[in-house]
Amino acid sequence: MALILAGALFFLAGTLGLLRFPDVYTRLHSLTKADNVGLGLVVLGLALQAGSATAVLKMVLVWLLVLASGATAAHLIATAALRGGIRVWRRR
Amino acid sequence: MQTTALGWAFDIVLALTLPVLAWRILTTRDLYRAVILFIAFGLLVALSWVRLDAPDIALAEAALGAGLTGALFLNTVGALARGGSGAEGERRPGNSASPAGEPVDRVPRGRWMRLALLAPASALGAALGWAVLVFPEPAIDLARRVDRNLPAAGVEQPVTAVLLNFRSYDTLLEVGVLLLAILAVWSLDLRDLWGGRLALSKGTGVLDGLVRLLTPVMIVCGGYLLWAGTQQPGGAFQAGAVLGALGVLLVLSGLVAPPLERDLPLRVGLAVGFGVFLTVGCAVLLVTGTILEYPPALNYYLILAVELVLTVSIALTLAALFVTAPPPRKRDAPGPDAREPEGSS
Repeated sequence: MALILAGALFFLAGTLGLLRFPDVYTRLHSLTKADNVGLGLVVLGLALQAGSATAVLKMVLVWLLVLASGATAAHLIATAALRGGIRVWRRR
Repeated sequence: MQTTALGWAFDIVLALTLPVLAWRILTTRDLYRAVILFIAFGLLVALSWVRLDAPDIALAEAALGAGLTGALFLNTVGALARGGSGAEGERRPGNSASPAGEPVDRVPRGRWMRLALLAPASALGAALGWAVLVFPEPAIDLARRVDRNLPAAGVEQPVTAVLLNFRSYDTLLEVGVLLLAILAVWSLDLRDLWGGRLALSKGTGVLDGLVRLLTPVMIVCGGYLLWAGTQQPGGAFQAGAVLGALGVLLVLSGLVAPPLERDLPLRVGLAVGFGVFLTVGCAVLLVTGTILEYPPALNYYLILAVELVLTVSIALTLAALFVTAPPPRKRDAPGPDAREPEGSS
């Protein structure tokens, strides 16, 4: 239960980053990192409550798939942004 | 449905978020943002279905409503931003992918029109809500009836039994509608809109790697959903949605997608679902005397066979909808490859 809450906190932090960070690249960074860890923690918390090993395996598989697709999507967005000419934010 | 305090809180937050999000989708002027919000909305609706104990519909909503429809919308907005030349004859010099500032990408202004539409829509929504709350108990309890007849249906999952046996007529017509949809899109032949090539220009190999990793995973997942549909939430539509998404990924990554390029196999694949379903339905007429009434001994096998071809057809239909144009016939002139495709990334 505590693990699930911790995971939810990570999601929250990631979304906060999405709203507050100054440009596409930092936002992508906060989203992917925080959400992946958050999902991992949620999966861990659920795994402790799960009924069978199969269910745990399925959840871990889902987590791995989210990791892979999230990373790819972030990469694609970043390269698209670079090509579209969005410049990296620099601290003035 | 659980009635714990946490469950109630979650449901209330969900129920309040949905109309607010819907309002934001309708009022935002940037179409791109509206599509993204629409995808999020689809996910929230899928969550609602889960809360209502309807995992089959939740699966279908997440895959089709949020996933594939979102992809189709993004495709459209991208084509609009690039200034769909061709039929309208409006040519724009190469635009970047960013749709900022393009009049074709914005919803036209009209505060009074929006308010005028909002009033009857809210009234309708309120009336529906009141009707649902006031609704008398139905005289026939359908759920119990389904449960009682379930052993005769041939499958153990009630939703599949209803879709593929008790109300198979409805499913047959739904598949027919899908076939009509792809026919309609093909007759529009929107190939000019995206410059003849859908694949993202081959930049880094990251997408390729992911698609290569995902292809076997998604095939197994789709097959599992199809097979498990007889005992658990799953079935032809969900499996077809997963495989259709795989098709879209293959097209987007530029990896070879031969089924979508070859004329005859694609057409056969699209039609086989509806065709086989219809044939089976009429064939059992000879055995049991009623269209679509399966003989009890062959129940399970017929349902499985029909679901199998349905999955193939649905997957091909969804992927073909994404490509939006029929495959080039051999006798046509080569497609508009001469024009420089305005790289979509």
